[in-house]
Amino acid sequence: MATIDLNKSTIRELNEKLQGGSSGDKFIVNNTVGKHALSVGLTKEVDVEINGHVGYYCAGMNQEASIKINGNAGPGLAENMMSGEVRVTGNASQYAAATAHGGLLVIEGDASSRCGISMKGVNIVVGGNIGHMSAFMAQSGSLVVCGDAGDALGDSIYETKIYVRGKVKSLGTDCVEKDMKKEHKEELAKLLDLAQMNYAVDEFKRYGSARKLYNFDIDQVDEY
Amino acid sequence: MSKDNPTLIESATFPRHVIAEIQRAAKTGIYDIRGFGAKRDIPTFDDLVFLGASTSRYPLEGYREKCTTEVVLGNRFAKNPIHLKTPVTIAGMSFGSLSAQAKESLGRGATLAGTSTTTGDGGMTPEERGHSKTLIYQYLPSRYGMNPDDLRRADAIEIVLGQGAKPGGGGMLLGQKISPRVAEMRNLPEGIDQRSACRHPDWTGPDDLEIKIQELREITNWEKPIYVKVGATRVFYDVTLAVKAGADVVVVDGMQGGTAATQDVFIEHVGIPTLPAVRMAVEALQEMDMHRKVQLIVSGGIRSGADVAKALALGADAVSIGTAALIALGDQSPEFDDEYKAIGSAAGFWDDYQQGNDPAGITTQDPELAKRLDPILGGRRLANYINVLTLELQTLARACGKSHVHNLEPEDMVALTMEAAAMAGVPLAGTSWIPGKNGM
Repeated sequence: MATIDLNKSTIRELNEKLQGGSSGDKFIVNNTVGKHALSVGLTKEVDVEINGHVGYYCAGMNQEASIKINGNAGPGLAENMMSGEVRVTGNASQYAAATAHGGLLVIEGDASSRCGISMKGVNIVVGGNIGHMSAFMAQSGSLVVCGDAGDALGDSIYETKIYVRGKVKSLGTDCVEKDMKKEHKEELAKLLDLAQMNYAVDEFKRYGSARKLYNFDIDQVDEY
Repeated sequence: MSKDNPTLIESATFPRHVIAEIQRAAKTGIYDIRGFGAKRDIPTFDDLVFLGASTSRYPLEGYREKCTTEVVLGNRFAKNPIHLKTPVTIAGMSFGSLSAQAKESLGRGATLAGTSTTTGDGGMTPEERGHSKTLIYQYLPSRYGMNPDDLRRADAIEIVLGQGAKPGGGGMLLGQKISPRVAEMRNLPEGIDQRSACRHPDWTGPDDLEIKIQELREITNWEKPIYVKVGATRVFYDVTLAVKAGADVVVVDGMQGGTAATQDVFIEHVGIPTLPAVRMAVEALQEMDMHRKVQLIVSGGIRSGADVAKALALGADAVSIGTAALIALGDQSPEFDDEYKAIGSAAGFWDDYQQGNDPAGITTQDPELAKRLDPILGGRRLANYINVLTLELQTLARACGKSHVHNLEPEDMVALTMEAAAMAGVPLAGTSWIPGKNGM
């Protein structure tokens, strides 16, 4: 177990140390005070526990590592994550897991706008509410919202599955409510279990693409 | 006026191509989408000429006295800057818009000529990485195929904020080109019309961009030069902000820059020509005392060694070619004229890159058409072309008495038109007048 104090180490030193870790290594990071680009570009199965709030792009492009943030996260948390797990105990700002291709992001509090924008395979579980334009142009993977969703949820969505337990303020263009089939309930139960969120699957509704915008159609022009 | 019947007068407001577009729009109900770049007549580098050495300057001997062309790009912050033999680089073009064979040809040609090539929307293919000695990885708003392993495999990273063909617009790849491989790389269903985002998903302004650049450097151990590419519009401010955000290299793409598929209205009516864009970018760098410290790459309508020399004389460090590189590979070849005609075009006019039925096998995902381009031959043609541009550039530089192509300067040129004089900031030929300078 190595402890890195950001009052004494630079961001470069921190990331070099974390990126150079071997599978199974554990790190604790203290005194983050909202600094940016912390714990980015990790490629090994290391455990990182960050105590304090973090700024932009924490856990960016994560591969394999498990990163836990005991605090709130700034914009672009776990952006373009490929694999591994990122968990934040507080809230996350805009664009959490933007374009992320894989892995699991758990936000125990609320997520701001554009959560899961252009997501490409990541799974996201939000314990609280999510802001407007979340899952915009979302391509694949699943977004689970245990609270409410803001305006224009899933606008221009492709094949991402969205599960919302609470209210949806409005759905975006080409996003519709869909049936909860057996396979969806199984997937949702698994994601809730992984995220350690204790809710009944039957309380959720599923949303996804109506697929009307997949090929240009002049008769759909009002939707553009 | 018609050549055959002098009583028929063609309208300047409604010439035949305008009438045809109105008729096409009324018939189809969709705007015209096409490839290539702006086709309208605008001021270009052709409107500048060099003042070869004479009594007041002396030239260098052609083929005897050295005129070097090596370029170093990205030595502001990056540990491993890019070293090129020639200032002519290959612009970003995607696998998806181009066939795998075309991407391989670009890599082979660039490598033979000692220069770099660039990925595009949709990510890096093993073919282009394998055949490109120096490969620039584009970081685009869509992040299709974006992968940190590829980021580390690249030699430099180009953050694309816009391109000259469509500043403020996103990419477009129509369903007929979304083959199974392209769909898999982009994580999208096959056959859908794919629209790339016009702005990045995880930042909104230059202050955020600075943090994004920091993140990219942290992920790549501060080794890779970071380029920032903008479409030419408010060039002075955009270049200033890119430098302030921490770019090692700024790429400015003028409105003649090509595209695989964009609305014609965008191609022809958004952005400014490359000619004024170079001057504006150089002024921004000079004002910050960053000229030659942050390198400037200029693209958009570069066709000849003369264009390269003029861009460099205005202060660019290097240029990029896209459309011209495709023509060197075989695009627009008369060899395919019958086939171009069969699909309603002709060699020299073909611009429907979005259709995927390119007779030359370059802008296609059709495996049978793509086979028509031999990557080894294509690479050789491209290398030949780049070598010609470089020789032409050296010829002009020597004539101006320069022992390195970067020693070319605005003082070596005059303009043939008032418009070009104002845009490039060089005097109108035979005068000392630069419109817009010194209150004149």
